Amino acid sequence: MSCQKIVNLIFMEPNDVIKAQLMTARDLERTLQRMARQIVEMFDLDETRSGSFGLIGMQSRGVFIASRLEKIIQTITGSAVPLGILDATMYRDDFRMRLKQPVVRETKIDFDIDGRDLVLVDDVLFTGRTTRAGLDALTDLGRPASVHFLVIVDRGLRELPIKADFVGRKIPTLPGEEVRVRIAEMDDQEGVWLVEHPTTPTT
Amino acid sequence: MLNTQPHPQPEPVPFVQPKTEQINSGLDHRHLLGLSDYSSREIELILETARQFRDVLNRPIKRVPTLRGVTVVNLFFEASTRTRISFELAEKRLSADTVNFSASGSSVSKGESLKDTAQNIEAMKIDMVVLRHQSPGASHFLTQCVDSIVINAGDGAHEHPTQALLDMLTLSDHFDVFKGLNVSIIGDITHSRVARSNIHGLLTLGANVTICGPRPLIPIELDRISSKGSLRVTHSLESALEGCDVAMALRIQMERQGQNLFPSVREYHTQFGIQMDHLNRYKDLIVMHPGPVNRGVELASEVVDHERAVILNQVTNGVAVRMAVLYLLSGQNSTE
Repeated sequence: MSCQKIVNLIFMEPNDVIKAQLMTARDLERTLQRMARQIVEMFDLDETRSGSFGLIGMQSRGVFIASRLEKIIQTITGSAVPLGILDATMYRDDFRMRLKQPVVRETKIDFDIDGRDLVLVDDVLFTGRTTRAGLDALTDLGRPASVHFLVIVDRGLRELPIKADFVGRKIPTLPGEEVRVRIAEMDDQEGVWLVEHPTTPTT
Repeated sequence: MLNTQPHPQPEPVPFVQPKTEQINSGLDHRHLLGLSDYSSREIELILETARQFRDVLNRPIKRVPTLRGVTVVNLFFEASTRTRISFELAEKRLSADTVNFSASGSSVSKGESLKDTAQNIEAMKIDMVVLRHQSPGASHFLTQCVDSIVINAGDGAHEHPTQALLDMLTLSDHFDVFKGLNVSIIGDITHSRVARSNIHGLLTLGANVTICGPRPLIPIELDRISSKGSLRVTHSLESALEGCDVAMALRIQMERQGQNLFPSVREYHTQFGIQMDHLNRYKDLIVMHPGPVNRGVELASEVVDHERAVILNQVTNGVAVRMAVLYLLSGQNSTE
């Protein structure tokens, strides 16, 4: 694709101005492979662990990332891993600061989370507020033995004392910048981009 | 020889906004006064949100902190069991602070007007008002005297939008699409706010609506509404049930019996009441009723208890729908 075409595309979407592509689809796939292996190692995953371990994808892109990780873990260990979907919208704290309410999406965890080691999966770790909401949502569903946190990109600028246990890439960013993780299942394209979008509300 | 050419840089892939984020906007309205001006996108958004809140109601902890710090006043100028308890539960499940007001035992009995009552309550710093009133247009009037978000919980014979929304949520549990769905609304249409809201909502979603009842109970302004979609009027119950997917029976308001709108309750039952015989003949027919049911009038008593009567599912869905409405509207605060 020519540079002019790319420039056109950038200006066709007036809100987002691309500053850099941080990860290609191949980078993302390799990162997922690595993190899946880290999870297998850390939780000593094999067929006996399906009753005491679970992956929880946070809406919306975390769901697809968690499902990718599950497939990779399954090829490594040969056994399936319980997979759940968590939506933390109802637990957010920025409710009065928004013009429109964010859409409430599905929460679907078909297994009892009590006593399990859970890995919460999200695309970007930024202020930590979504993670806080996710932890509160989990608390209302049961009492896991432990909760670990996995993100593709940790962009810094935390507002709460929250850290990720598995990090794809640590990329220091500035306020006003946004990190966009795109997953083929949801976005028809894949990779991670750094964009300038001054009017986007923080997530 | 050394290759001095630099490594070819991979071309950056252009980046497009995903479609999903464009539809993520909330409601276009600040209040819920009726369904007549709600778009199908807004109605679908409320129903989809309600499905998620319904899951919360099935959990061991049936409460989410979503509306923490929001104060909702339930202003009920008219008797109500279901709607009032349903709204109150919905507010509590969302962790809102609630205040209940009923006309009896309040200053209304001393002659205070709706406007004064509402303004006085609003002066105590509230965010949302749920209003049930006997006069059509009362909730619209209220939006002009207070800054709070107003939810209409029934205003005279005008609209009762949350009832229609819970009816539509119940329908969506049984049918995949509204487009082409045949719904018959049977009974006293003239005095029914439930019927009005359902007609507006169902036509907006593309359903075919049939209105059925004795002539004096069918309003004359129907052709104004029918421009929105497929609306049919019949005075024969058989014709209304033939090919129909859902029959919505409305309550015969016994308090109007003095007005001679139809000869007798018994005659109404033989002409327009749904009997077991109908359920036996129309094998897929689903029966709904907004409650409270007059057993043996709109519905034969066995019909009320039949498995294809989904009246109690409607009540369950009521809490979820009201949670969704409270949640979606509560974000419309920052208009000023």
